[in-house]
Amino acid sequence: MENEAGALSRVAGLFSSRGYNIESLTVAATEDPTLSRMTLVTVGSDDVVEQITKQLNKLIEVVKVVDLSDGVHIERELMLIKVRAVGNDREEIKRMADIFRGRIIDVTDKSYTIELTGTGSKLDAFIEAMERSTILETVRTGASGIGRGERILKI
Amino acid sequence: MSTELTGAEITVRCLQKEGVDYIFGYPGGAVLYIYDELFKQDKVKHVLVRHEQAAVHAADGYARSSNKVGVALVTSGPGVTNAVTGIATAYMDSIPLVIISGQVPTHAIGLDAFQEVDTVGITRPCVKHNFLVKDVSELAATIKKAFYIASTGRPGPVLVDIPKDVSQHKTAFAYPEKVSMRSYNPVTRGHSGQIKKAVQLILGAKRPMIYTGGGVILSDAATRLTNLVRMLGFPCTNTLMGLGGYPATDKQFVGMLGMHGTYEANMAMQHCDVLVAVGARFDDRVIGNPKHFYNEARKIIHIDIDPSSISKRVKVDVPIVGSISDVLDELMKLLQAGKDKLDQSALEAWWTQIDLWRARDCLKYDRASTIIKPQMVIEKLYKVTKGNAFITSDVGQHQMWAAQFYKFDLPRRWINSGGLGTMGFGLPAAMGVQFANPKGAVACVTGEASIQMCIQELSTCKQYNLPLKIVNLNNRYMGMVRQWQEFFHGNRYAESYMDALPNFVKLAESYGHVGMKIEQPGDVEGALKEAFKLKDRLVFMDFITDQTENVFPMVPGGKGLSEMILV
Ligand SMILES: Cc1ncc(C[n+]2csc(CCOP(=O)(O)OP(=O)(O)O)c2C)c(N)n1
Ligand SMILES: [Mg+2]
Repeated sequence: MENEAGALSRVAGLFSSRGYNIESLTVAATEDPTLSRMTLVTVGSDDVVEQITKQLNKLIEVVKVVDLSDGVHIERELMLIKVRAVGNDREEIKRMADIFRGRIIDVTDKSYTIELTGTGSKLDAFIEAMERSTILETVRTGASGIGRGERILKI
Repeated sequence: MSTELTGAEITVRCLQKEGVDYIFGYPGGAVLYIYDELFKQDKVKHVLVRHEQAAVHAADGYARSSNKVGVALVTSGPGVTNAVTGIATAYMDSIPLVIISGQVPTHAIGLDAFQEVDTVGITRPCVKHNFLVKDVSELAATIKKAFYIASTGRPGPVLVDIPKDVSQHKTAFAYPEKVSMRSYNPVTRGHSGQIKKAVQLILGAKRPMIYTGGGVILSDAATRLTNLVRMLGFPCTNTLMGLGGYPATDKQFVGMLGMHGTYEANMAMQHCDVLVAVGARFDDRVIGNPKHFYNEARKIIHIDIDPSSISKRVKVDVPIVGSISDVLDELMKLLQAGKDKLDQSALEAWWTQIDLWRARDCLKYDRASTIIKPQMVIEKLYKVTKGNAFITSDVGQHQMWAAQFYKFDLPRRWINSGGLGTMGFGLPAAMGVQFANPKGAVACVTGEASIQMCIQELSTCKQYNLPLKIVNLNNRYMGMVRQWQEFFHGNRYAESYMDALPNFVKLAESYGHVGMKIEQPGDVEGALKEAFKLKDRLVFMDFITDQTENVFPMVPGGKGLSEMILV
C-alpha cells in the first residue's frame, strides 16, 4: 500500500467495522520508500476471506492484495524472549535455544534474552518448551510472508 | 513562475475549474480564509444553510438529481460533527460528494485546540476516502483527486480537511489536468466471457426476472436498461434506490420489491429461474432472509461496479464487474443477435402467472374513506404534477407510500435516503434538487416527525426563494415505528406518539411561506393544485391523515420474500 499516514488505520478500521479479526499485522516500508508492505494474518471461511480481499482492494491506498495462503509461501516471525536463567537452568536454556536455532543476544547474571525466528508455531513450541515460571517477557512481531520461488508480489 | 496564491484562493480556483456552480455551507473560524475568497468572486455561489447536516443533504440532493458532484463546506469541530449524518447518508447510497472541512492550524493539531476534532478519524468509516492536507503545495492535487475519486467507480463522498494555516499559506497554483493513481483504477468494461455466459442464461430462461437498483441511476443507464428490458419482454422490478431506472407506468414493470414491495415483484423474485441483478446489492430490506431466498433454485447474473457487492449476501452464478452502462451495451449487442432463441411460450406462461399475482391488487386501500388516506394524497400528487415532479422524501411510512404510489418514469426524480434511512433528509435534499433544477417542480413528501429534524431549513428556503412544495403526511405518529409496535410489540406505542406538534401553517407563515392545513379527502386535490400554481412560493401542506394506516405489503424482518403480510 501507499506509504502514507492513515493507511494503516484504514486497514485496521475496516477489520473492526466489518467484524473481521486480525491475528497479527506487520507493516513497514519496502525498498521503494513510497510503498509499504503489510502482512496480515486472519482466519475465516472462504467467503469471508473473499469479502476481506475485496474490501481491502477498495481502500484507496491499498495498491495490491494477495492471499499468500492460495499458494506455497514462506512465513516468518521474530520473537524476543527474556527468561530467568540461574544455576543449572543456564546450561539447559542455552541448549534449548540452540535446538530451536535461537540466539542469545543479551545476558545478565540472572537472565538471557533470546532471539528466535520461525513460523508462529515454532515460536509457540519454544514457549511450550520453556518452564513457564522462567519466562519473564516475550515480544513477537507477528508473521511476515512471501511467496515461494518465482511467485512475486510487485507493482 | 506563476504568481503565488493562498490555500484559500487555490481552493476556490479548484472549485471553479471543476465547474462547481453551487456549494452548500456554513462558516466558522477554521474556514474564514476560504469564505473570504468565496466573497471575492461570483462563479461559485455559496448557499448558506442553517445546520451543517443540511449542507451535506443539500449537496447530496443536488448530486442525485443532476449527476454532478455535490459540494459542501463546513468548519472544524462541531461543523464537521454536524455534517457526519449527511456524509454517512451519502456514503450508504453511493452519492458523489466533496466535503471541504476546516481544521485547526497544523501546529495545533493534536493539542485539543479550540474546535479541534479528528475529522479524518471520525469520518473514515463513512467516506469513500478522506484527506488531511498538511501542506499547501499538496492542496490542488488533493482536491483534484477528491473530485476524481468521488465521481468514478462506485461513487461516494470524499472529504478534504484543510487546516487554517494551509488555507493561508501561499504556493504557485496549477490545477492538474489528469489524475493517475496506481492504487485506484476502477474497472469499467465487463469481462466478455462472463457477458457471454450471461447471454446464454438469459436466452435459456423460462421464468426470467430483472431486478435493478441505484447503480442504474448512478451509472445513467436507465435508457439502456429500458431498451434491453423491452427487447427481452421480461418483467422488471426496481429497488427503493432504483425507482425511475425503468418506467413505472410500463406494463413490464411489476413495482418495487422488498420489505414493502408489491406482491407480484416479490413473488416473481422468489420464483424466477434466471435473475438478472443490475446495480443492486441484495440487501436485507430487499430479499429478506437469504436462507429463505435459497429455498427456490435460480441462476443469478449480477452486474455491478463494485466487486465487494457481489456474492456478499447471496452467492451468484455469473458475476460481471463493470460499469453498468458499458455492460448493458455489450449485453444488448449480443442479445440482439440471439433474441429469436428466447422461449416465448415459457415467457407467456410466466406472464400469466405474474398477472395472477398482480390481480391480488396488493396496494389497495379504502378509497371511500372519510379520513384522508396517505396513499390517496400521493396519488393526487402524481396526478397534479403529471408525474413530472422531483420528489424527495424523509423516512417512515410516508416514504414507502411515496415510493409505491408515485410512478417514476424517469431516473433522478426520486430522491430518498435508502441506505441509512435518515429522517431530516427530505427538506434540505429538496433544496439541493431545486438549485440543480431551477425550473423543475420539487416536492418533499414528509411526516410530522421527520420534518422537524431539519425544519430550520425553511429559513434557507426563504432566503433563496426556493418554491418547494412540502407534503406533510401528518398522522401524529412516528408512523413506521407505530406500525412495528402494532405488529411486533403488542400495540405498546412506546414514545411514538408525536405530542405537542407545532401549528405547521403558522410555522410556515412565520418563516415567510404559505401554509395550508387539509383535513377532508375532498380537499386534497384542490389544495395540491393551488399549491403548485404558486410557482414562486414555498407551500407547506399539512395533510391530516389516518393515524391507523399501515404500509402493505410487508415482509417482516427475518422473513422470506414470499412471506408477506398483505392487506
Ligand atoms: C434520524 C433518525 N432517527 C430515528 C429513525 C427511526 N425512525 C424510522 S421511521 C421513524 C418515524 C418517522 O415518523 P414520521 O416522519 O412522522 O413518518 P411516518 O412514518 O409517520 O410517515 C423513526 C423514528 C430514523 N430513521 N432516523
Ligand atoms: Mg408521522
